[in-house]
Parts: sequence; C-alpha cells; structure tokens
Amino acid sequence: MGHQDFFLPLNKLQTLVDRVSAAGYQCYGPHIRDAAIVFAAFSSVEQWPVGVVDFQGPGEYRLESETSGRYFYWANGPQGLKPLTFFPEQDLWQSTRTADATVDFHAETGSPQKMAVFGVRSCDLAALALLDRHFLSESPADPYYRDGRERLLLIAVNCARSAATCFCHSTGDGPFAESGFDLCLTELEAGFLIVAGSDRGTELIDALRLRLAHKHELKQKREQFQIASRQQRKLDPVQVRFDLAQSIQSDAWQEIARDCLSCGNCTSVCPTCFCFSEMDRPALGGENSMRTRIWDSCFSHGHSYIHGVTIREETAPRYRQWLTHKFSTWVNQYGRSGCVGCGRCITWCPAGIDVIESIRQVSANTHE
Amino acid sequence: MNKDLNHAFMPVPATVVERVEEGPDLFTLRLELAAAEARRAYHFEPGQFNMLYLHGVGEVPISIASDPQDKHLLDHTIRTVGRVTRGLARLRSGDQIGIRGPYGHGWPMREAEGRDLLIITGGLGCAPAVSVIRYVQRRRKRFGHLNIVQGVKHSADLIWKERWQQWSAMPDTRVLLTADKGDPLWPWHIGPVTGLFGHLQFHTDNVTAMMCGPEGMMKAAARQMLDLGIKRSRIWLSMERNMQCALGKCGHCQFGPTFICKDGPVFRYDRVESLLQVKGV
Repeated sequence: MGHQDFFLPLNKLQTLVDRVSAAGYQCYGPHIRDAAIVFAAFSSVEQWPVGVVDFQGPGEYRLESETSGRYFYWANGPQGLKPLTFFPEQDLWQSTRTADATVDFHAETGSPQKMAVFGVRSCDLAALALLDRHFLSESPADPYYRDGRERLLLIAVNCARSAATCFCHSTGDGPFAESGFDLCLTELEAGFLIVAGSDRGTELIDALRLRLAHKHELKQKREQFQIASRQQRKLDPVQVRFDLAQSIQSDAWQEIARDCLSCGNCTSVCPTCFCFSEMDRPALGGENSMRTRIWDSCFSHGHSYIHGVTIREETAPRYRQWLTHKFSTWVNQYGRSGCVGCGRCITWCPAGIDVIESIRQVSANTHE
Repeated sequence: MNKDLNHAFMPVPATVVERVEEGPDLFTLRLELAAAEARRAYHFEPGQFNMLYLHGVGEVPISIASDPQDKHLLDHTIRTVGRVTRGLARLRSGDQIGIRGPYGHGWPMREAEGRDLLIITGGLGCAPAVSVIRYVQRRRKRFGHLNIVQGVKHSADLIWKERWQQWSAMPDTRVLLTADKGDPLWPWHIGPVTGLFGHLQFHTDNVTAMMCGPEGMMKAAARQMLDLGIKRSRIWLSMERNMQCALGKCGHCQFGPTFICKDGPVFRYDRVESLLQVKGV
C-alpha cells in the first residue's frame, strides 16, 4: 500500500469504474435528486453532476452551478453511508405457525449485492467506523449490519471545499480521509490523485498502470487541504463533553425545545444515529409473520414508551437525550464523541436549529 | 445471510406448560424450551430476563421468576398492559411462543452470601424480587437475616397472600407488607415502604439491599438506607426502559451512558444514583 499518491488522468476515471464493475460491484456515485446530491447507481462517469456547488446553512440546502468543471466541488448531501450498511428497513426473521399451534423461526437469508461507492467523504468514513464499533465490535456482532458492511468497496474523495455547516476539522474527522477507504481520490484542476487504503485498492491501482504523483500535484493537494480545513465552525469535543455532563438540569433545554419540532430529521440524516424499532408484519393468512426492524429516533413518542408511560413525554428531554448521547455519553460507551462534524443535522433541520449554537446555549446556561 | 443467526438475535420455540392466574391482570407462564438441545444450552441468573415473542404480534422483555436450578421450567410473571401482554394472557397450556435470552446482568447473589438481605419491592408481582427470594429460599443457610418488604398502592392490590405467609415462615425471615392506602380490615402496615425500616433486622455494615419497583420508591428507599449508614455499593436495583433488541443495539433502553439491557437491568446504586435524580432520562 504505502499510501503513495498516483496520478489518475480524467480519461482513466471511467476505466477505474469499469474495472470495479467487472469485479462484480454495482457502482454508486453522486446524483442529483430532489435538488440534493445523493448516491445512486451509475455506469458512466458522464452521469455524475459536474460544476455543482452546495450552499448549506441552518435549514438550508441549495445547489448552484460553478465554473471549475470539477466533479467534487460540493461538500455533502443528506445521505452518508448509513443507509447502505444499516438499512432503513431490514427483515430479521420469519415466524411460522403451523396448524397444530407450534411455532418455528427462520432467519432471513440472502446477501445484499456487492456495492462500490464513489465520492465517500472523510466524515462518512469516520461515521462508518463508529457504526462498526457499535454494531460489530460490541458483542454480539450484528449479522444484518455485517452483511451490509462487508459488501462495500469505498472510493473516498478528499473535500476540496467545506460547506458553511462543516466542522469535521475540529472533531478530527476531516476534511481529508486518512483511513477506512479502499481508494481515496483528490480532485485537482486536471485529473485526480489516487491512493490505496487496502489490498483491493492496491490491486486496482496496479492494474491501471498509473505514474506516481508529481511534486507540484502533491503541493496542490496540500493547499487544498489547507483551504478545506479553514472552516468557520469550531467545536472542542473535550470541552463539549465536559459542559454537557454538567448541564443535564439546564433551563436551556426548554428554550431549544420551543423551536424543535421533534421531527427526527436530524437523527435520520445523522450518519451515526443507530436507534431502531422492531415490529411484526403478519401475512394475511396468519401463518407467517415477518419480524422487521426500521430506523427509529429518540425524538419519537414511542422511543421511551414503557408499559403505559412515556418517559420522555416532552421535546426538551428528547433533545437532551439526543445531544448528550451524541456528544457526551457516547464517549463513555465508545471512547469518543458520536459526532463527526458533517453538519447534516444543521442543514436538514426544518426549524434551522444549529447544533453548535444549542451546545453554546446549554453550556452558557451552565456556566452562569 | 451467510452466518448462522445465534439465539441472541432469533427466538427458539417454547411451550406453555402451565398458565397460572395470579391476580387481576397478572398471570404466570411456565415455559419449556421445545428443543432438548436448547434446554441443555440454556443457563440464567436471578434478575436476568428473556424476550418473549408472540407470533404475529411482537416481543416483550420479561424477568425470569423461577430458580436457575429448575432448568426445565422458566416462569415469567406478566402484567397485562399492552398489545403483546394482552395476547400472551390468552395463551393456554400447549400453545407455543418464542424465547430469546437470557439477557443482562442479574443480582449479585455471590457477593451477597454471608450477608443480611433487604429485598424491597413496590407494585405487583415484582418478578425480579421473586427470583431472589426463591433463590435464597433454596439456599437459606448461605445468607444472614432475610427481610422482605412489599409495598402496594392500595391494600386491595395485594396478591400472593399465601406466598407472603409461606415466606414469612422461613427461618430468620421477616416479611413486611404495606399499602399507601388500606381498607379497615388490612392487617399490615399503612404508608410508604420507607416507614418500615425500624421493623427490619440487619447489620448496617453487613447487608445487601436489592430493590425493584417504581423509581420514586427505590430512590426514597435508597436515601433512607444511606441515612442508616448502608454503603452505596451494597444497594442494588433493577431498572426498566423500553427494549426492542435486548442486545445493546437498538438504543431504546439507554439510561445515561448505560444500556439497561446489557449493563443492567440490575445496577449498583452508585452507578445510577445521579441519573435517578433527573426526570426524563
């Protein structure tokens, strides 16, 4: 591996995609749908949006054209890798009842299609590592998540610019990818630098017969890192954890709850939120019933329901649960903060609640 | 899926051997795992719980009330509250359901050996407490003075009168019953469980307390025990929250940094004391 940068000329980008396809992967890449960039299946890089830039702010996401002609001048869309590994809906097992009233259980079988994702950002790789920790490293490993996870080939892209909502640099998760990818691209003015992060990635680079990157190209990469790192938003994860641990009784939760709709948009777009509910879907005949899990949110009414009582009946304790789990108790559970600084919860909040402002509000209230 | 699902994720069939009516909206299912292999592999500790699955309806976490030595029959005392428990209440002998488990950490039975015991429960059919009492009953000599305190809201709520009497006949055992409100013929105490500590027999420096029931009751009882000089590290309680997976994955049962399904449901008091003081955690 050696983390050596090679130069991938633009005309070889499609060759890379073809080789990945030939290895049995369905290729997913950037695609504009409903005025936002998402991952979708593609076969030709011609299908990728070119010269598009995203403007993001609290409750705001807007795509505009720009003139650089680059593929990856945008920062991120609502989707990370989460829906590709931890499916929004997943069948778990089927229950069968026979005529003599016995029951039997069968695991849902069938592995998902191998998938290569082009354009993965460093924040998404960091989030994936956190989900891996939760679903796989903590015993027992979740077999459903593992099936979604092991099929992935990840082709990352280092961010050339940050959105106004990004703060991955201060959480230590970007804007450049350091690990967790098979291949990582850096888009330059003409062509890409490409580096391998796994044996599979190395094989792909070897097969493309690329030359090593030149000095001036590496310099351009470093400059790009400097530019993308100059993010407006800052947050000190260590201080935040400390402040939140002190502020469980703060009045600020009520103030924030006045704006919060408890809609769960933030937990859906958050690349690390992992809550799910289970439910039964009985077939009409009644003999078979499918046990299925779907994403849930700590903002839902049912999330804290227990025999007739909802523990978090109001929005304030729900918001507190979400924020303190993400930034404080996550550290107790998994050794680091659950936030990777992608800023999605800010952008996709219909009420425009800014998580960094919320933290400030709660902390200020505590320090008074 | 290329891996075998272990029973942590998928239930195994279990047969209802007996259904015991315990009181209004309260019943016990005595279950036997259907497969001999599953029975052999199954071991549990008092205080652990199973997920019981009713075909086509759903799953609920229920404490195991029987003794670990009774390998064949697993007792689950269930209160009828929601959709799944209402369905479970309609089961009859011979019916089958699914079981996953056991899950979680149970009571510190080994650590409590040689000590006096305070078992404090509030509400009805408190299965986690029953599992301890039965465990001690079978191994009475390993423990010191046994004190059992049961509080109910109204005297009419009390069930298992014979069981309480039977337990109070055990050697060196005190059973105290109290109701917040009692009718004129209620022969036991009136008031909260915290009013009964003067009637209990234990050595403050050599006692283990185990509690289950409403959080308000457990908080008040714990405060009283601390005032009496019992160490925080000798007080244990069983917690409840919404549970879907019982494996620390679904996120519902989080209580501060803990997942109640795998870090609990039994906790040492000092680990949850500060969280218990906050509403809506």
